[in-house]
Amino acid sequence: MSFFQADNLSINFGGIKAVDGVSFTVPKGQVFTIIGPNGAGKTTIFNLVSRIYEPTQGRLVFEGNDITRVPPHQIAALGIARTFQNIELFEHATLLENLLLARHAHKKSGFFAELFFLPSVRRMEVEHREAVERVIDFLDLQQYRDSLIVNLPYGVRKVTELARALCTDPKLLLLDEPSSGLNVEETEDMAFWIQDIRSLLGITVLMVEHDMKLVSAVSDQVLALNYGRPLAMGSPREVQTHPEVVRAYLGG
Amino acid sequence: MRFLFKTSYAQDIQLFRDRVDAGWYGLLAVVVLLLPAVISDYYVGEVAWVFIYAICGVSLMVLVGYTGLISLGHAAFLGIGAYAHAYFLQHGMPWVVSVVLAIVITTACGIIVGLPALRMTGIYLAIATLAFSVIIQEVFSRWESVTHGFAGMPVGKPVIFGLSFDSDLAFYYLCLFFLVITLWLTRNLLRAPTGRAWVAIRDSEIAAQSMGVNLAIYKSMAFAYSAALMGLAGALFAHKIAYLAPDIFTILLSIQLLLLVIVGGLGSLHGAIFGAIFVALLPPVIAILRDSIPASLADATAATGIGLFGLIGEGIGSFLRKPGVEAGIFGLILVLVILLEPRGMYGRWLKTRIFFSTFPMYKRATFKRQKTYMKSERLR
Repeated sequence: MSFFQADNLSINFGGIKAVDGVSFTVPKGQVFTIIGPNGAGKTTIFNLVSRIYEPTQGRLVFEGNDITRVPPHQIAALGIARTFQNIELFEHATLLENLLLARHAHKKSGFFAELFFLPSVRRMEVEHREAVERVIDFLDLQQYRDSLIVNLPYGVRKVTELARALCTDPKLLLLDEPSSGLNVEETEDMAFWIQDIRSLLGITVLMVEHDMKLVSAVSDQVLALNYGRPLAMGSPREVQTHPEVVRAYLGG
Repeated sequence: MRFLFKTSYAQDIQLFRDRVDAGWYGLLAVVVLLLPAVISDYYVGEVAWVFIYAICGVSLMVLVGYTGLISLGHAAFLGIGAYAHAYFLQHGMPWVVSVVLAIVITTACGIIVGLPALRMTGIYLAIATLAFSVIIQEVFSRWESVTHGFAGMPVGKPVIFGLSFDSDLAFYYLCLFFLVITLWLTRNLLRAPTGRAWVAIRDSEIAAQSMGVNLAIYKSMAFAYSAALMGLAGALFAHKIAYLAPDIFTILLSIQLLLLVIVGGLGSLHGAIFGAIFVALLPPVIAILRDSIPASLADATAATGIGLFGLIGEGIGSFLRKPGVEAGIFGLILVLVILLEPRGMYGRWLKTRIFFSTFPMYKRATFKRQKTYMKSERLR
């Protein structure tokens, strides 16, 4: 039984086949990267996995359970967390509140307990806070704890997105272009963090990325897509030198 | 400047930030409790209006300011609460039971209106709630066996557990009590996971969903809670106004409530209170100016012999007496607030506070809005 498996995944928007029969399996504890030119369908695959889009065809299997029909808000509770390419943070809330919201899937308190802020709610809140603080320490975000997201620079927001995804205690982490918009130094930090997430926290990573340096540094396996179809799959080196991939990127 | 030294996580989820803050709120409580001793009966009645409007403000703030759902139909919820309470009182229910039933009915209506809200946002939701409000107003005027239509419905003074709240003073404290309860419960929700889920829905639905927030449940919850508070406010409103008629709960009242939260400052409970003070006290202030400006300028004419003062005074007086001036002034203030102080009176309050706490280091740029261009396409 594989950890995560996408089986003949397809989605059509009208006549456009954005993703067309893509199959791959992600083994537990690996970093699996999807690459491809713009419009290849990478982010669409992420939106399919996090159940925001309804696949036209195919199956998604996570830890032996078919999750193809699970509603999107239950995905986090199953242990799949994601970041967004265009940063979807809660801008008018503090960084701390953003991370605490990520604990929502672990919320146990009922409406009336919260209405009167019973001791049980207080206790749970402190527990959530402790979990969040571990992530803050892990990603060095202490100094931004109480700042509003609107006041934070882009690089910090990007890390905050990663932190928020980690706060859900995921087993599978989906990173949508973690290095886009980051400078060289920040990208290196990101590479270290991704490696740490895999080896220290034991979280499997599924990533979409353009920066080939980052891809080869952290990935165990790479899948190349073009026009929604798989071109090649294998180790970073194999995929980068694959003639079909070279043609897709360079033309000819 | 004061620096908080935090030693435990529990400190961050307390009702008040620290002892100094709690002290200030305590002082405010003393002032509000003793206020009726220094102001006349007329103003005690006016401040009771502030309290009722503040409950409405908190209700709308939860929906508009925290969850990001707009409603142009909140006067209808207020009306449902008021009529239900009046009806149950007329049928001999005890006061507390009647209020609870009124709240239950408005909550149910809130859930029903909230259902289409799951699929609608922005202007479409505004139109849908507006339509609801128009329908409800029609129901108020046509369902004569319950509401007595345009004949109106008298509402007596509240009698709770044998205690009669027939004086303005007693009613003042009753409204104050319910406002404090409302603020406490709402603050509890806002510092708990539910409040965070609402804010998350406001700022990014897709991210909220991916973090495990069930949009359908939390949006209807926001509508239900907001409507419940409106039901409570409606019950107090019924006593205050003493005579219910369908033409009270019009779209104009809904807009006035929306104005309340915008002028007060979206996204803060303080804003709801500031807005309530503004909305409830502007009409009496206009009434005072209407009489005092011509009178004082006429005095100036008498003293100096310059006739121009008297003429200006009469002009202002007759202008303020024209129908619709009040609505016009409300509209003008709304426009000015959106242009000059988008964060409302609460924003102005924050700036003033920071000015004094950092004196003389305050920089105007602290609150300057930064323009960021990060969001390209948004998944909806």
